[in-house]
Amino acid sequence: MNFSLTVGLPHYLLVGAMLFCFGLYGVFSKKNAIAVLMSLELMLNAVNINLIAFNRFLWNNPVEGTKHLLLNGHVSAIFVIVVAAAEVAVGLALVISIYRSRLSANVDELDWLKW
Amino acid sequence: MIRMEASFQWAWLIPALPLLSFLIIGFITKKWPKLSSTISIAAILTSFVLAVWVDFGVFASGVGAELVEKPYQHVVNWLTFSGVPWGLSAAPLNIEFGTLIDPLSAMMLFVVTLVASLVQIYSVGYMHGDKGYSRYFAYQSLFAMSMLGLVLSTNLLQLFIFWELVGLCSYLLIGFWFFKPSAREAAKKAFMTTRVGDFGLLLGILFLLNKFGTLNFVQLFHMMTPEVKAMVAVGGVSYLTLTAFLVFIGPIGKSGQFPLHVWLPDAMEGPTPVSALIHAATMVVAGVYLIARIYFLFQGASPAALEFVASLGGFTAIFAASIAIAQNDIKRILAYSTLSQLGYMVMALGVGSLTAGMFHLMTHAFFKALMFLGAGSVIHALHEKQDIWEMGGLWKKMRITGTTFAIGVLAIAGVPPLAGFFSKDEILSAALHNGHPVLFGIGLFTAMLTAFYMTRLFVIAFMGPEKAENHPHESPWVMTLPLVILAFFSIVGGWAGIPEHGFAYFVRPWGSEFEPEAMNWLVAGPSIIVGLAGIILSYIVYYGKASDPVEAAFPRVYKVLKNKYYVDEFYLWIIKHIVDGIGKVLYWFDIYIVDGIVDGLAWIARSLGSLFRRAQTGQLQVYAIIFFVALIVLFLAVTYGEGQLHALNPLALGGGK
Amino acid sequence: MGDIASGLIFLVFALLTVFSAYLVVSSKNIVHSALFLALTFVGVAALYVLMNADFLAAVQLLVYGGAVAIMIVFGVMLTLRSGNAQNSNLDSRNALAGAIVSLLTFATLGLVVFTTEPWRKTVDLSATGTTTGDISWLMLTKYVVPFEVAAVLLLVAMVGAIILAKGVNDSK
Repeated sequence: MNFSLTVGLPHYLLVGAMLFCFGLYGVFSKKNAIAVLMSLELMLNAVNINLIAFNRFLWNNPVEGTKHLLLNGHVSAIFVIVVAAAEVAVGLALVISIYRSRLSANVDELDWLKW
Repeated sequence: MIRMEASFQWAWLIPALPLLSFLIIGFITKKWPKLSSTISIAAILTSFVLAVWVDFGVFASGVGAELVEKPYQHVVNWLTFSGVPWGLSAAPLNIEFGTLIDPLSAMMLFVVTLVASLVQIYSVGYMHGDKGYSRYFAYQSLFAMSMLGLVLSTNLLQLFIFWELVGLCSYLLIGFWFFKPSAREAAKKAFMTTRVGDFGLLLGILFLLNKFGTLNFVQLFHMMTPEVKAMVAVGGVSYLTLTAFLVFIGPIGKSGQFPLHVWLPDAMEGPTPVSALIHAATMVVAGVYLIARIYFLFQGASPAALEFVASLGGFTAIFAASIAIAQNDIKRILAYSTLSQLGYMVMALGVGSLTAGMFHLMTHAFFKALMFLGAGSVIHALHEKQDIWEMGGLWKKMRITGTTFAIGVLAIAGVPPLAGFFSKDEILSAALHNGHPVLFGIGLFTAMLTAFYMTRLFVIAFMGPEKAENHPHESPWVMTLPLVILAFFSIVGGWAGIPEHGFAYFVRPWGSEFEPEAMNWLVAGPSIIVGLAGIILSYIVYYGKASDPVEAAFPRVYKVLKNKYYVDEFYLWIIKHIVDGIGKVLYWFDIYIVDGIVDGLAWIARSLGSLFRRAQTGQLQVYAIIFFVALIVLFLAVTYGEGQLHALNPLALGGGK
Repeated sequence: MGDIASGLIFLVFALLTVFSAYLVVSSKNIVHSALFLALTFVGVAALYVLMNADFLAAVQLLVYGGAVAIMIVFGVMLTLRSGNAQNSNLDSRNALAGAIVSLLTFATLGLVVFTTEPWRKTVDLSATGTTTGDISWLMLTKYVVPFEVAAVLLLVAMVGAIILAKGVNDSK
């Protein structure tokens, strides 16, 4: 196996992929709505890792005519964090609201979409 | 000449007046019965006077010689179909309404208006106190209008319209006492049975229209060229023959010829004057009149057409006459007698003598109307009793009715010098003369049967033992006066065909020359003999009997005759087993095949729906899993399998080359 | 630092992150899950540092490791019925299907990562230094409108969360 000790883009992407798939598994199979929200956070973090990694390894050069680095990936990651924070706030509020009306936060009991 | 024109151009008033009377009674005077009947009778009497005036015009023009060559027509254009000319006619199709005067229609005008007037006068007495008195006279007026319009028609479409109208009036008047179930059923039966014939007639009219482009009688007559006669329709049958057969189906229904005769006896459920007018003297002879009107068509067709007409007429004559022997209802005997005489007329036309057919039509109208009205008088006197075995001894109590009825019996039996003798004689001599010896024999035998059953009726009803429970009395003068007048015509009506010139002097087919024909005593002799033989035989058999001796002597034959050869039962059987069977098959087909397909489509949609409904668990996680599976598949397909995907799916996910 | 040293450091933090993420989804107790989630966030922050993203590493620690983790714990606390925290984070019937689909997704992603040629090249990592200034420059020039929109989004999310959590009926 041609595994180089030099850490490169694929390694970070692989970590991101693992994180994403654990999150995916959690979203698919957790009963507790809070756990689902946590898994979602895992997936969002995986995305952020990818964004930063791409920025780091592919676009690591200054903007033409300035001395500033091109950090589009970082800015995108910040926006993802913003959205994730909002999502957690609203999501938790929803879970609490549902819990209050049904005394349960189990996702598999929420089948109002049925028929 | 000028006088003739003057009377002819007012001929349209003859049907118009009864129509006016119908409208007045229907919309205004319905609540005042006496006024209604007065208006109706005034209208028909005026029509009668006009008809006589027209007849004088016909006589004035050289006893119709000129009119036979060139019938008088007075027409108003009704519809014009512009565009491509139809058939052989070079002009666009015109449908006209108008009046056609020739000796044939003139004779019919006289007969119809006379009988209609007398029947309406008679009805004043017969229908006295009936709840539907005004309605009755309204129908009578409508019928008179329709029948006269039919007689005066200039073209087949106009004739067909009035043909249907008389059918409607017949329906209304048979079902006049609609609270009686039997009357309702009879009315329906009459209407439907004649509709069968009308369909054939309509088809024939369409055939004519398609080929000739005109329906006008005179124009059609002049189109009968040898080339037209040679036209072949299908399978070697000439077009004219086919058309003639189709048109003849109409008269089979209307004039009660053999397969469609079943409605006429049942039609006796109507008031008796109606039977006299519609089902003896006028409407039922409309078929005969139609054949006479388009006689040129039958002449142009192959001889088989006329042969068929003659055979059917002869068969109907003897068939109905034999049934009449075994009937006990006075009106039914007369009804079968009518059928038999209609068969006689059709036979006359079939053997090639229009003159004889129309002559018999006229005389029959007189004596059959007379006998129906006489029967009505008897029924009226006995309070609706119609079985002849319950009558008896009426001769002494009802002198006028009895005498006039006897005249009618003698007239129909063919005793000279009464009307029936002359007309029957002309038919028989025509049959013999034109080479139909078998039909001549049938006619002779039918004449004997006719004399037999009519004498039977008279002997049992009028001369039989008196019944204590009956209190007959002579009818009022409004009823006896028409009887006397009709009796008069039953005696003298036949003198129009006195030996010197025959009836052809007055009525003969268009384009034919008048040929005087001497009385053929070789024909007349046997005719008189069989007539008298029938009368005497019947008198011997039935005089003084309280029950039918023929029934005792020939029980089986009698039973078959009594049940009218089971024709009604046979039709019922057909309807019950065959028509209903087909109906059931079609019903099954509709329910299980047609509905099955429709329901099946719905069922498939519903089943698929309930099948796929299972996929909808309502759980978001399941949806998410499926979503991701699809996402992976799509991703892999688009990324690594684009060529294959493109080959598999021409709709090309994500665009393709 | 040499390649081996930096590789080892990466390996440590990568394993920490992935393993704690595994514990998040595999733990039967949701409280433990929440704690391992916080640990995952910290590991991710360390990875950010390794990628020279110092500002984002700080944000990660503050927002995720601090605020989000605390909120999650509060959520757990509010929805946890007393006495059964041991089995508060069970798998549903979909676990097996979820696992398979997740594995398939991972396989696909790995396939993409290992078969895409340019990504495997090692690039020059010479540029170093802080990123804060450059991020702020981008945010206030090119991304100024999204920046403001993000601010509005946060406000809306806060209002929504308050209303949802408080209940509509109570607010009347």
